[in-house]
Amino acid sequence: MDLIGKKKFDFIKNRKMAYIISVVIILVGLISIIFQGFNLGIDFAGGSLLQIKFDKSVSTTEVRNVLSEFNLSQSTIQNLSENEFVIRTEKIDSEQRKEILSAFKENLTNLEVLRVETVGPVIGENLKKLAIYALLFAFIGIILYITMRFEFKFSIVSILALSHDCLIVLGIFSLLQKEITISIIAAVLTIVGYSLNNTIVILDRLRENIKFKTREPFENLINISINQSLSRTINTALTTIIPILALYFFGGNILSDFALALFIGMIAGTYSSIFIASPLLVEWNKIFKIYQKGTKTTRKKDKK
Amino acid sequence: MNWTKTLRVASVFVVIFIAIILSFPLNEKINLGLDLQGGSHVILECVDTPNAPVDNDAVNRVLEIIRNRIDQLGVSEPVIQRQGATRILVQLPGVEDPETAVDLIGKTALLEFKNEEGETELTGAHLINAKSSFDQFSRSIVLIEFDKIGAKEFGEATKNNVGKVLAITLDGKEISAPVVQEPILDGKAQITGKFTVDSAKHLALLLRSGALPVKVEILENRSVGPTLGRDSISKGIKAGIAGLILILIFMLIYYKGFGLIADFALVVCMILIVGALAGLKATLTLPGIAGMILTIGMAVDANILIFERIKEELRLEKTFRASIDAGFNKAFRTIFDANVTTLIAALALFYFGSGAIKGFAVTLSIGILASMFTAIVVTKIVLEVVAAKFSSKALL
Repeated sequence: MDLIGKKKFDFIKNRKMAYIISVVIILVGLISIIFQGFNLGIDFAGGSLLQIKFDKSVSTTEVRNVLSEFNLSQSTIQNLSENEFVIRTEKIDSEQRKEILSAFKENLTNLEVLRVETVGPVIGENLKKLAIYALLFAFIGIILYITMRFEFKFSIVSILALSHDCLIVLGIFSLLQKEITISIIAAVLTIVGYSLNNTIVILDRLRENIKFKTREPFENLINISINQSLSRTINTALTTIIPILALYFFGGNILSDFALALFIGMIAGTYSSIFIASPLLVEWNKIFKIYQKGTKTTRKKDKK
Repeated sequence: MNWTKTLRVASVFVVIFIAIILSFPLNEKINLGLDLQGGSHVILECVDTPNAPVDNDAVNRVLEIIRNRIDQLGVSEPVIQRQGATRILVQLPGVEDPETAVDLIGKTALLEFKNEEGETELTGAHLINAKSSFDQFSRSIVLIEFDKIGAKEFGEATKNNVGKVLAITLDGKEISAPVVQEPILDGKAQITGKFTVDSAKHLALLLRSGALPVKVEILENRSVGPTLGRDSISKGIKAGIAGLILILIFMLIYYKGFGLIADFALVVCMILIVGALAGLKATLTLPGIAGMILTIGMAVDANILIFERIKEELRLEKTFRASIDAGFNKAFRTIFDANVTTLIAALALFYFGSGAIKGFAVTLSIGILASMFTAIVVTKIVLEVVAAKFSSKALL
């Protein structure tokens, strides 16, 4: 039985199309990041958050009218249901908050305070720094690990795929002006770690094929490897996306943006491991003029 | 079944058994984070003012006074820690009214008596007791008592202001402006403001614990009411169960007999995660629940890689047993590499994350380790046992 016979799709032939799609999405995201930036949540920008539940249904306009009495009409008001609201304001102290709450009670209806968050600018700056350190640490750690385990060009394309996934998540969050909170950074970090899984599966298979199918041209080997791994790539992605969707739909509003970031990251990650990472190896060989035809390319510390 | 295999099966059961023992009863063994049980996470900073510069001694006294206030509030298992030179971390789990609690902690609570010219006649520095009570019109009042020196000062102050207003202020805000009828010499007084029962109680508490020696600012406050905490738990459980059931069904439909084994491994994995959380006394937060749900999906990945490999080996017309061994051997490295990268990201989160996010890093890391263990050990043993009894056709 010849495994080449199982070849179904030609990923190499159509790789330019895949590059264009990715580049366009990333460019749109980058333009959004540069021109409208991120909607930083209070974790990073500082400020106050108030989640309240009124006894009766109340409109966003009514809530805003009360807030404008306190010069806080610029606040973000998100209604989770007809009587539950998340209000983000500039940093207010507990005295101001008390006054606002009693104004709500007087002008609208009685309410319950579900959540209060206040983050001062010092803490916000600090968290920003920590988030950047965490991302750098994870990136460098993973780069070192794959460089150690794979040969150089494999780790380069993995890192490109990884950056691709992160940029898409961050770009879409900027585009939709979704709030960047600590949870979103956690989601991006998870994607950094997880999106490599599928890339590793395919690259591992490629390395094996390079060893055993020495007569195939390199481009075919890549195609074969992607096709051989296709059903597991799709299934592992699906099984991860299913709980993420459950989280999005049932997990409540605090986790829904977190789940959304993971979802986008998973889609981008699966796409990049199939359409971007391994096909980029062809480009690598072209650039460095390597005619890889059955050259033995093995893992550095392969015992076999 | 040979001896080594029996031993391996037995050890897997022992591990599962230990995990169950560790996590039972669930509600006692799993520590819930502030975001799930309700409560407050507050970071305070002592700040310099011209009159009261911050020094080490002042911060320690602030710590002491805050501890005193929290004790009097009756919070069980609070965390009160000094962080660095000028910061204090306070965590109050399970408080019914986090807002008021945080309010009480950060108040300077400087009591002053001011004459009509606005000059301070004396402060609350020499108070020895304060308690809330009711006057003859059943209005809430606060009764205060000075020590000897205070009584003398208070006597002077009242003597000097007979027939005039002697305003009582807290942190510069007037709470009462009584007219002094006659000098009070026994050092006992009552404050009749516009109190509710609660606000009188709180004022008495603040006065008893004394004023903070320096100004304290709230740098960060994250408070969750008990309703939202309970709601988060039930939503988390709902999402988890939905995710778990969908995955169990998916695996069963797609991988049939193999899927059943993966489902078994997944359930074992979940038991191990809960057991590890309980055993390590880790705190489960809302992001932590999200991490567990995410693990449900990641845990079956290794099984999928293994099964697909075994299927390939079977296609090469190897025996079932030989295919299992080859499948595991070839999938192992991939599984290992893929999990290490996720673990690196989780570690980064653990080091640099704060509060609730650390909970996510913890469950994710435990989840990755547990899923690797179940895939490589549990799945393998089950497959070996099954391979001895059934042909591979029965599973596909």
